Amino acid sequence: MAEFTLPANSKVKDGKKWPAAAGAKRAKAFRIYRWNPDDGANPHVDTYTIDLDDCGPMVLDALIKLKNEVDATLTFRRSCREGVCGSCAMNIDGTNTLACTKYISDIGGDVKIYPLPHMPVVKDLVPDLTTAYAQLSAIEPWLKTTSPAPDRERLQEPEERRRLDGLYECILCFCCTTSCPSYWWNGDRYLGPAILLQAYRWIADSRDEETGDRLDQLEDPFRLYRCHTIMNCTKTCPKGLNPAKAIAEIKKLMVARQ
Amino acid sequence: MSARTPIARVRGLGSAKGGTHHWWMQRVTALALAPLTVWFVASLIRLVGADHAAVADWLASPLTTVLMLLLIVATFHHLQLGLQVVIEDYIHGEAAKIGCIIGVKFASFALAVAAGVAVLKVAF
Repeated sequence: MAEFTLPANSKVKDGKKWPAAAGAKRAKAFRIYRWNPDDGANPHVDTYTIDLDDCGPMVLDALIKLKNEVDATLTFRRSCREGVCGSCAMNIDGTNTLACTKYISDIGGDVKIYPLPHMPVVKDLVPDLTTAYAQLSAIEPWLKTTSPAPDRERLQEPEERRRLDGLYECILCFCCTTSCPSYWWNGDRYLGPAILLQAYRWIADSRDEETGDRLDQLEDPFRLYRCHTIMNCTKTCPKGLNPAKAIAEIKKLMVARQ
Repeated sequence: MSARTPIARVRGLGSAKGGTHHWWMQRVTALALAPLTVWFVASLIRLVGADHAAVADWLASPLTTVLMLLLIVATFHHLQLGLQVVIEDYIHGEAAKIGCIIGVKFASFALAVAAGVAVLKVAF
């Protein structure tokens, strides 16, 4: 059966409290999920209070400040700090998003930060994305052609290029995939919204010559049809993309070729 | 646990090359059920307080009999398609999953036949 409760060794407990520096004027509490694979203990939520007057505006600024100044063991991924690399995807204030583009001021009350839901945790806020990356390589996300390579770029009409808008911008942060209940229950076989949007990005590409084979690979009760249009993916996407629509387009093509 | 590589696990047994018919029939039966259900509920409301003979007369009229049979076919076809998806979503033991799917299909078919015979018995 699908698991609806956490196993005993995953129950989240209350952790350490780190008070704000003396003289803090605008104190804000960050409640952050901690788990260390080396100590054998249950995950716990540490509370760090910091002075917003002495911190950048984004949640990632607060995390970096905490790691630099308060607790060097706090572990998270980050790279570009401007919403193009997808590394700092995590669950902030109950929604999957990028820590670097999420304003602290948009969050009322304590800032609750957890790793992306329902993925194995490597440490603290770092999820194990091995399966998701394998699913990406399984859909072969590159241009496939059989006609000989031309001497110059492969041409597209402007109209054909426009079909890739809203698809090519995906940064593979997996906020959408890890927000999808269908992926939670069947992530071993369902490809999930991020990968299906990538698959459609190549199906929609006028230069690709393997469209039918790509559809063949997706035509499966689990790989594609576990999508039940729950729409969490579209709601949570930090880049404002619409994976649910991309999936619907794939389903329409499946019917069109019957 | 398994020592298989991630890509081998993800590719698994390959694409089933199916599922489209199931998905499409779920939409088609839903489309049929929208007007049929509205008609059925409206008819029942109109029959509130009617005696047995009046209801039997209503059911025996050719249009009602045809619409009732269509409603029964669409309902139980849609039901078994939808429950199969729910079972596949939530039941992960292979034996329990197949057992439940077979049970749902048998029960849906049996209920559809019973409901159809009931309508025909009144109609003829």
